[in-house]
Amino acid sequence: MHDKQVRRRRAVLALLVAVSLILLTAYFGEAHSGPLHSVQRGIVTVFSPIQKGASTVLTPVRDIAGFFSSTFHAKDRVAELQAEVEKLTGQVASLKGAQIQNNQLREIIRLGDNIGISSYRPVAAHVIGSDPSLWYDQIYVDAGSDQGVSTGQPVIGERGLVGLVTDVTADQSTVTLITDHTIEVGAEVEDGVGNVGVLESQVGNPNELVLSDLPTTANVQNQDLVVTAGFHYGKLDSYYPPDIPIGVVSNANEVTLASSGQVQVKPVVDLHTLDVVEILTKPHPGLTTASLVP
Amino acid sequence: MNVPPSFVIRLLALGLLAVVIQVAAVSQISIFGVSADLSPLVVMSVGLLAGSVTGALMGFGMGLLVDLMLVQTLGVTSLLYIAIGYWSGRLRELRDPAHELIPLGMGAAATAVAGIGMALIQFLLGVDAPVSFLLVQQIFLTVLVNSLIALPVYALVRRVLTPALPEDPRRRRRRRYTTGGLSPLKRPSEGLGGSTGVLSR
Repeated sequence: MHDKQVRRRRAVLALLVAVSLILLTAYFGEAHSGPLHSVQRGIVTVFSPIQKGASTVLTPVRDIAGFFSSTFHAKDRVAELQAEVEKLTGQVASLKGAQIQNNQLREIIRLGDNIGISSYRPVAAHVIGSDPSLWYDQIYVDAGSDQGVSTGQPVIGERGLVGLVTDVTADQSTVTLITDHTIEVGAEVEDGVGNVGVLESQVGNPNELVLSDLPTTANVQNQDLVVTAGFHYGKLDSYYPPDIPIGVVSNANEVTLASSGQVQVKPVVDLHTLDVVEILTKPHPGLTTASLVP
Repeated sequence: MNVPPSFVIRLLALGLLAVVIQVAAVSQISIFGVSADLSPLVVMSVGLLAGSVTGALMGFGMGLLVDLMLVQTLGVTSLLYIAIGYWSGRLRELRDPAHELIPLGMGAAATAVAGIGMALIQFLLGVDAPVSFLLVQQIFLTVLVNSLIALPVYALVRRVLTPALPEDPRRRRRRRYTTGGLSPLKRPSEGLGGSTGVLSR
């Protein structure tokens, strides 16, 4: 009797492990349009309304927890913000001068002022969930293909770039954040020269990004703004339109910059407290060519 | 072993509810910079309460649901949660631990297995981005946060499952000891209301 129980237990365990391994191998090897991916999208579609409802119902719980969490961090933030205010006051003075100059230059070269975000057909969406694991920096939003969303479209938050749409169902989308290890963004430093590099995440450090492939002679300073480069090469376009703020340089170590062309960047958007985002459903206005889909 | 249908229904509801609450609320609450992860705690609790086979099955089902709902690589979380559910169940079958803090230790171990296991599998599948040493800190903090909520989660799972748990001789024996039934310190006649002896005085 005991032997029978042991055999049955081991058989169940072996079967479950084997099924998991088969699923893993099949899923990893198949294309994005494969049957397992389709089943997954079907499940997401089915659970989407439940998740949306749960998100609404549990909003007060999140808000209360968020209140305590932000109170906890408030003291640290005060000192940080005071230093930032002092720095920004100096910057505002110089920027006002630059703004006047900028307006004059725009008039001179007749640069259309209509290349604002509105030309990218933004679709607003609420965040209805996020991934708890350290390896998948993803959020789930309540806008999908019915609202004109498709994969490969950039997503922005209140202050800058958030990520990229990587999966879409009829009324829900998965947004992979810029801090996910699968995302790379062509980025430009607003350092007067416009040095360009590739921004990627550091696995395990969701609060910092690494801007690499910079010229080793670049004169990048801390607090320099980093924006999307929005490159355009033949028929290939970057997923991201140009000049969307991504972050500020948080650590421009001269030695690291000279040896490996890397600086650290802190995102301008707090990716952990997103409530509403905008999906740019037409990131390349005026162009008919499509971007590559991952 | 006969498994009552009500037990299966409770397990399914528990798994579904845990994943929905996790995605819709818990994962958006940041404590020490990380979010708590209910799923390994629920799987661990089921293993501790219902044994290795049920624990492994719950781990597989819940892992699959997590992978499906969160659009992750299928099979990864299942593989890890099978191990968590199975070994939690084996601990119960081999040692039958009764200490109140066992779920806390097991919750920490389950979260560590999930965190480190996920890292190992991701490395095996290939990671292009640089990996920060802070990953270790993040895993440690998640283990810490999950340890804090392990006892309430275990209590909640026990409350949900206990009325429908299949009868287990070991649990029956323990209940008898704690509710005044036959004990090795009592004579059989006392339990039947017989004459008072030295021990009963």
